[in-house]
Amino acid sequence: MTTLTPTGSDATRERAGAPVGTGSRATRVLGVLILAGSALGAVLGLVTSDPDVVQGDAVRLFYVHVPVVTVMYVPVGLCCLGSVMWLRKRTDGWDALASSSAEIAAVFVGLGLVTGSLWGEITWGTYWTWDARLTSTALLFLLLLGYLALRRYPAAPDARSKISAVVGILLVPNAIIVHYSVDWWRSLHQPATRGFDWAIDGNQLSTYAVAQVVFLLLLVWLAIHRFRLAWLELQAERRDLEVALVQRAADDDFSGGLGA
Amino acid sequence: MLADALLIAGKDLRIELRSKVGLGQMLPFAVLVLVLFGLALDADDALLTRATPGLYWIAVLLAGLLAVQRSFAVEAAPGVTDALRLSGLDPAGYFLGKFAAIAAQLVALEFVLGLGVVILYGTELGGPALLFAALVGATVSIAAAGTLYGVLAAGLRVRDTLVPLLLLPALAPVLLGATRATEAALEGDLGDGWGWCGLLALFGVLYLGLGLLFFGTLLEET
Amino acid sequence: MAPAVPSDAVVLQSAVVLLDRFPALAGVDLDVARGEIVLLRGPNGAGKTTLLRACAGLERVSRGSARVLGVDVVTSPRAVRRRVGMLARDEGLYDDLDAAANVRFWARAAGADGDDTDRALACCGIAGRVGAVPAARLSTGQRRRTALAVLLARRPELWLLDEPHAGLDRAGRDLVDELVVDAARAGATVLFASHELERAESLATRIVTLAGGVVRTDTGSPEVTGVG
Repeated sequence: MTTLTPTGSDATRERAGAPVGTGSRATRVLGVLILAGSALGAVLGLVTSDPDVVQGDAVRLFYVHVPVVTVMYVPVGLCCLGSVMWLRKRTDGWDALASSSAEIAAVFVGLGLVTGSLWGEITWGTYWTWDARLTSTALLFLLLLGYLALRRYPAAPDARSKISAVVGILLVPNAIIVHYSVDWWRSLHQPATRGFDWAIDGNQLSTYAVAQVVFLLLLVWLAIHRFRLAWLELQAERRDLEVALVQRAADDDFSGGLGA
Repeated sequence: MLADALLIAGKDLRIELRSKVGLGQMLPFAVLVLVLFGLALDADDALLTRATPGLYWIAVLLAGLLAVQRSFAVEAAPGVTDALRLSGLDPAGYFLGKFAAIAAQLVALEFVLGLGVVILYGTELGGPALLFAALVGATVSIAAAGTLYGVLAAGLRVRDTLVPLLLLPALAPVLLGATRATEAALEGDLGDGWGWCGLLALFGVLYLGLGLLFFGTLLEET
Repeated sequence: MAPAVPSDAVVLQSAVVLLDRFPALAGVDLDVARGEIVLLRGPNGAGKTTLLRACAGLERVSRGSARVLGVDVVTSPRAVRRRVGMLARDEGLYDDLDAAANVRFWARAAGADGDDTDRALACCGIAGRVGAVPAARLSTGQRRRTALAVLLARRPELWLLDEPHAGLDRAGRDLVDELVVDAARAGATVLFASHELERAESLATRIVTLAGGVVRTDTGSPEVTGVG
């Protein structure tokens, strides 16, 4: 009977550094920065910056909405990248990147939808308008939900990763086509100026800059944690496998009656 | 590859002829959708006329979903997926074959539904070249994307709810393009219509390419 | 490390196959020469079916090495598939097509020519009236014969049979035995799993016992000692 030495787990655990949690010095530093930045941003955004000439106080929502919709494409791209690289390299890291990025993307896209919708309610009195941005964002959200549903499907992990990888790669072309076709569609209809003209300057600009940085850091922080979590989950699966292998081989007389 | 595609397509169509699921279930379903729309929109002629292109293509999409699911349900018979893998059939050929069979059924569907809207909604056809181009573009797009997403859910037990969730958002641009092109054709204002057909063509080619590329990979895991 | 000798049909070394994380094969060592008729036996859940599937390139070997008909199935499982034939417990027939149409389809898919197909149909008793019955309405025995005809038409170098006698009447079982012997005589190798020990043991040239995902006893290999 061969002795089975866990090849992957120990070595990778050492490399990862923190075997039982997903925190690290980097994330703690980031976390502090984010908290500080959020506090600053909240003060700037809610109190000290000027209300917009046109929109009044409604513009304050933009300090959340615009940064969110700017950074939300990054995890989508990361998911696609992870999927492509996984198909080529077949290592856990890329798989974890794809799955964690998709979740983060869903969160940010969802947040973008909600904030955009709220802004619409405040400004025009409706929660939904079929404008290009909102519509293509909604479709992107649905695409991500489909991917996540696929990810949750109980199947052999390798099969699941492979199928998810293909769908993950398709996310980007789908998102692009959706974006441009919806854009074109709405441009043909020339609706009453549904877009917004946000000419910012002065302390609005600096507030926005702070908000943008904070959300970017938040994205990074969430992504790192979620990635590490996904990666640890994969390692735990592998370790369970080692145990199962040993158990199975030791299943000597469990089956009983080996003779004719 | 082409020989394999023909073999698969022939097999699928032969199965369809034998089982008559398309004829007996999908077509009536599609017509039913048209009728239900009439009920829901209160048979308001003006409203129905304006909405016809959209309603038509939604009916096609929904029935197309059924066609895709049926196409892969056939392959879910016990042992068939293994037999397919053992057969050494070229995955690209298999994809093309499935695609062709689904496209053929879609065409039949679109024709019958076309009759349906003419009769039920009193549509007056126009802009035949544009209409034809839109039909071809949309058919290729729906069949290609449907085949690609259909296979990956083929072996999975939750396929009935997963395929629509994956396929429909991806097909949203096709719905847009087909509807706008059809509207343009019917109203006689052809300008933008051709642009939308271009989008459909692009989408169709893209998904055909993606399907040929990835189908083999997906087949392995289902 | 000994190079893969061309006369070896199947060479497995510490092969591990995972089914949904469960190690169905937990380190199998097996060396089968061409022309052998090997009986795989063992309790339910021992891994017999998985072993057959792994040899067909249908299950991924995640650890160890596995060469089938000279092909490394760990890296390129697809390459060996056309050269093997498998009779599985699920026959793999399209319900809506009739028996003969099924055989013709699967035979053509594997690149077999029409003559081989006709011969296979006749040999298995599927030509004629039975051949025109849709697969869904065939009896178990008829389905098995149809699947057997598909296998025959492919003319594989390696026959992988999972409980081939199950579901067949006396005549059917005799047919299977006859075909197996003919195939081995013609140079093919046969690996089959069976619980029909009387019939199987007289058919086989070698008996391998599996349990718990590993080989326990092997009449063809003196180094593997019986355990328990």
